[in-house]
Amino acid sequence: MITKRIIPCLDVRNGRVVKGQNFVDIKDVENPVTLAKFYNEQGADELVFYDITASFEERKLFTDILTEVAKCVFIPLTVGGGINTVDDFDRVLKCGADKVSVNSGAIKNPGLINEAAKKYGNQCVVLSMDVKRVDGAFTVFAKGGRENTGLDALEWAKLGEANGAGEIVLNSIDTDGVKNGFDLEMLNAICSVVNVPVIASGGAGNKEHFKTLFENTNASAGLAASIFHFGEVKIPELKKYLQGENIEMRII
Amino acid sequence: MIAIIDYGVGNLFSLKSSLEFLGLEATVTNEKEMINNASHIILPGVGAFGDAKEKLDKTGLRSFLIEQAKGGKPFLGICLGMQLLFEKSYEYGVHDGLSLVPGSVVPILDDLPEEKKSLNIPQIGWNALHLEKESPLFKYTDEGDCVYFVHSYYAKTEKAYLSASAEYGITVTAAVENGNVFGTQFHPEKSGEAGLRMLKAFSEI
Repeated sequence: MITKRIIPCLDVRNGRVVKGQNFVDIKDVENPVTLAKFYNEQGADELVFYDITASFEERKLFTDILTEVAKCVFIPLTVGGGINTVDDFDRVLKCGADKVSVNSGAIKNPGLINEAAKKYGNQCVVLSMDVKRVDGAFTVFAKGGRENTGLDALEWAKLGEANGAGEIVLNSIDTDGVKNGFDLEMLNAICSVVNVPVIASGGAGNKEHFKTLFENTNASAGLAASIFHFGEVKIPELKKYLQGENIEMRII
Repeated sequence: MIAIIDYGVGNLFSLKSSLEFLGLEATVTNEKEMINNASHIILPGVGAFGDAKEKLDKTGLRSFLIEQAKGGKPFLGICLGMQLLFEKSYEYGVHDGLSLVPGSVVPILDDLPEEKKSLNIPQIGWNALHLEKESPLFKYTDEGDCVYFVHSYYAKTEKAYLSASAEYGITVTAAVENGNVFGTQFHPEKSGEAGLRMLKAFSEI
C-alpha cells in the first residue's frame, strides 16, 4: 500500500537555508545542497524548496542551487515562492524541479493553475494554501498569511482541484509555529471536499503529532521545517516510530 | 550511449542527471541517427496519453521507435512512456499506443471496489513493489522496495508480461517486460537509491 510521506521544507534566501543555524547533525547546514543530501540520506520522501528571495540576482542563485541539488538527489523536488506565471514554472522545471507550488500567484490569477496543468500535467501543479479561521470560517490568506482574501478555503480547494492542481498543501496559520500539532479539524474539512492528495503543514512539534495526523485525517503527507532542521525530530527515528504504530512508511 | 527520447513531453533533467550520476553516457535527443547509434533507449513522458501520442506521430518517431524496439535494443518506457508501449489507452477518448506489449491503459478509479473509491486519485507517492518474476531490470531490486508513483491510469496486461505490481485498492501494474522491452509505471529517476539501482541494471542489459 502507498506510504505516508514525510517532507522537510527548506526556505532559501540569498543561496542559504534560513533557520538552519542550530541544526545539530551536519556541518554547514545553511548550504541547501548539503542539507538536501542529508535529508535524502535520512529517508525524506520529498523535498520542498521555498524561494524567499527578493532580487533577480538572488533568484538566479536559487535556480543554480536547485540544479545542483537535482544533479545529486533523486527524490521528488517541489519549488514554491514567487511563482506567478507559466514562465516561472518553466524557469524552475528546467532547473530540475518536479512540481511547482503556487499560492498568491493563483489568487491573483486563478487561470494560472489551469494554464500550467495543461502545459505540464496535473502532477506538476501543487496548490499551496495558507488558511486561517475568520469568524469560524476557514479563510484563504495571501502574501505569506498577511492578507485576508475573503476566499472560502473549501471552495478554493475545490476550484484548485477542478482547475488541475494535482496536490494541495494546506498550511494552517492558526497552528503554524505553535508546535502543538497539526490542524486536524481544518485538514479533515479540506480532505472531505477534494480527491487529490493533501499535504499537512503547520504545527508539528514532535513525532506523536505525525501519528495523530495520519490516524485522524486522510492527509497523505506531513510537512515541517524547523523541527527537522533543529533536529528536534529526526526523520529515521520518526519513520521507525510511525511504522511501529502501523502507519505505512518507506524505510531505507 | 543511452538515448532519452525527446518529443516535447515532460521534464528530462532528472532522468539525464540520474544516468550521469551513475557514470553512464546519456543524450536527450529526437534525431533518428543518434537513436539508431544508441545502445539503449528510454522513452519518458508525463501528461496525457493522446497528447503524447500525437507528438510521437508529428515528430515521425512512432514507427521508428517501434522498429528500434523490434530490432532487439533494450528499450525502457517510464510512466506515460510505459503506458505508450501498450495497444490502447482510454484516457480522454481511445488512442492507439505502440503495441509493443499486449494490453490497454484504463482509469484506476473505474476498477476500484466501492469501499476503496475514497482513495486519492492520482496515486502520488511511494509504494512497495511486489516482484512478479525474475527480471534483469530488478537484478539489484529487493521485494518490497519502495518507488515513486504519479498516475491516474494503469495498464491492464496479461500475467506473462507483468514483472512487478503494487497495491492501491487494486493490484496496479508497476512494471512490465516483453523480451527486450521494459516499462515502469513509477519513476526510477525519482525513486532514490532503489530507482538508481534499476537504471544501473537497465544499462547492463
